[in-house]
Amino acid sequence: MYGKKVKLRALFILLIFLSVVLTSFLIFKSLEENVVYFKSPTEVKNLAELENKKIRVGGMVKKDSIKTNDLEISFIITDFQNELIVSFKGSVPNLFEEGKGVVAEGFLEDRNYLKATKILAKHDENYMPPEVEEALKENN
Amino acid sequence: MANQIGNYSLFIALIASIFLIFQSYRLTRNSSKNLDSKIFSVLSVQSLMVLISFISLVFAFIVSDFSNKTVYNNSHTTKPLFYKISGTWGNHEGSLLLWLLVLTFFLFIFLINSKNLPKKYRLLTLTFQEVIIFGFLLFILFTSNPFINLFPIPKEGTGLNPILQDPALALHPPILYIGYVGTSIIFSASLAALVCGNVNKVWASHIKKWIIISWIFLTIGIMLGSIWAYYELGWGGFWFWDPVENVSLMPWFCLTALLHTIVVLEKRNTFKSWTIILSITTFSLSMSGTFLVRSGILNSIHTFANDPSRGVFILCFLFFLIFLAIIIFFIYQKNISNSSIRTYLISKETAMLVNNWFMMFFLSVVLIGTVYPILLEVINGSKISIGPPFYQKLILPFLIPFLLFMAIGPNLKWVKDHINKIKLEQPIFLFISILISYLFTTSYGVSYLFSVPMFGLGFFLFFLTIRDFFSGKSTLSQKIAHFGFSLFILSILFNGVLAKEYSSNMKVGDERKFMNKIIKFENLKITQELNYQSLTGEFNISDDRGNLNLKPEIRIYNQPKTLTSEADIISTIYSDNFLVFNVLKDDGYYNVRYQHKPLMIWIWLSVILIFVGGILGYFKKK
Repeated sequence: MYGKKVKLRALFILLIFLSVVLTSFLIFKSLEENVVYFKSPTEVKNLAELENKKIRVGGMVKKDSIKTNDLEISFIITDFQNELIVSFKGSVPNLFEEGKGVVAEGFLEDRNYLKATKILAKHDENYMPPEVEEALKENN
Repeated sequence: MANQIGNYSLFIALIASIFLIFQSYRLTRNSSKNLDSKIFSVLSVQSLMVLISFISLVFAFIVSDFSNKTVYNNSHTTKPLFYKISGTWGNHEGSLLLWLLVLTFFLFIFLINSKNLPKKYRLLTLTFQEVIIFGFLLFILFTSNPFINLFPIPKEGTGLNPILQDPALALHPPILYIGYVGTSIIFSASLAALVCGNVNKVWASHIKKWIIISWIFLTIGIMLGSIWAYYELGWGGFWFWDPVENVSLMPWFCLTALLHTIVVLEKRNTFKSWTIILSITTFSLSMSGTFLVRSGILNSIHTFANDPSRGVFILCFLFFLIFLAIIIFFIYQKNISNSSIRTYLISKETAMLVNNWFMMFFLSVVLIGTVYPILLEVINGSKISIGPPFYQKLILPFLIPFLLFMAIGPNLKWVKDHINKIKLEQPIFLFISILISYLFTTSYGVSYLFSVPMFGLGFFLFFLTIRDFFSGKSTLSQKIAHFGFSLFILSILFNGVLAKEYSSNMKVGDERKFMNKIIKFENLKITQELNYQSLTGEFNISDDRGNLNLKPEIRIYNQPKTLTSEADIISTIYSDNFLVFNVLKDDGYYNVRYQHKPLMIWIWLSVILIFVGGILGYFKKK
């Protein structure tokens, strides 16, 4: 038979092992549910199927596309190849402006239309989403 | 001029660093009792040189010397003096110079304050710390030199990002850095203590001061950043699980765990290896924090300056340090004498260990949530972000047992305690707390499966910590810190459940109804300030209890041309009224957001209480 000390140590290691397994299980399960994918308007266009999951779309706010009424703001996100119409109820950040980078989070109604639940803008006036930068380079 | 002075002093500091690394290591083999006076003078020269280079950068910012590239990129002549100075560390190069400044000065203070400790230990700490200083000097000089000359000299600078022109954010980086850099001393000292084999009670009570100092500054630093995000970014909350925020929270979890284990080491002389591991981890997390924020890898909405080549350097340096630490740990681990003092399951030691488990769990959640998106992007190129629900779902349920242990733990005795000694009052308190939270949740219509135990244990901790002020066995600093934490949890919970938000697009003269309140956009005033134009909205919010006048502002900065909005917040001890507005385009509409946040101010006040606890702990007499 093993001594008491060995048994205790084995129990301890077993406990640690179990809690690590449990922790990683919880974390990864929760990860699966709460991941939000980031796409460009072009990627949205090319989506094979529309899922009813939250996504983020990044690009530039098209010039002269912001329209406002009492309740809603709508604008167009562009990566200079494809465009996506966004409508949004709620508040926008400081640096939300035409011709500047923006990230809209929300649900896709179809491949051209996103109902946003949150608008994010980078807090750097020179910021441009990397995808847009690449797209711009290709176009030039 | 200032450029040359700054640059050359950094080179002198680099040479001093090389000298110190070799000399201090060589002297550890020497058996003389006193520290070589040469070491001390070289170290003084090094600190002085770093100070001079920092002052010359501050000077260049004050006089708007645009021959300096950093000044050109981050300053402007019309900026107020205060922000010219704070602009010094509002950018990548300057902030690293500040890191370095704190690094050298902490080392200096460490050597002065450790005179009664073994010479070998002091020298080794010096060696390790100088390795870190050397790495940072190389990094600054070769990848992010703040003293690059510009020719021809531009007439005007490009300006500091206006959202950084804010008092809280002027203080946030230096304070956070003191916290971060303080962990470097803990790291070097732990490795040195490990090599010398003096991981014991004496060492614990000496290094505890450093742990508390770093912890206090890290706590204040995080809080300042959080307050800033609340009113300046207009996010209207206190924590957003943004990667940049998370990165400062991770070392905090680790440091808090360390703060508890070091007490065990001090009082009971156990948990030795674990203390060393925590010290190494804390510093690694602080370094990776700098790495992640500065490299621009983080897909955060508020990363500022960035450059990938810098990231690669910090990453290599970070791996080098971690690797070094792990090797030293495995070689010298035998130096740790395992005390065979028996400890029982129900004891203060166990309570502290439980605290550590929870801290490590919270740390892993935040770590994975922050790093997983980066890993995934490297592996298959897909871009993802992980939102607040991930953290809330994983952290909140575990707060329930955490709060329970936190309430009971401090009153347990060292070594062995008995469960049957728990007096009747604890179950009574628990019962009352659960009852209060049940009544609260039902009257506010909150779903109570989850809220009842959350609020209940929040109240339980609150009551027990108050009771402990009269009869508790632990120290005053512990009582205040834990009491502050219970207030913190309760204010977060109430705030989270009762906060109300309304947003709408309004023109001047418009009126909106929200709950029982009427929000009226009365007037818009335009004024010209020194370096910005200000649009002040005059809003009136009225309900049956009275009237509130809120005057949020939109600032149009001229250099760089940027809009910022300054929320107007009326804080009372009951609630915050928060109003922020934004211009959309020239069609007369303004995007208005109104928030009613109950007990908001208590979140900040409770954090202040928590670090007051820390300060008392620092000044506590033996």
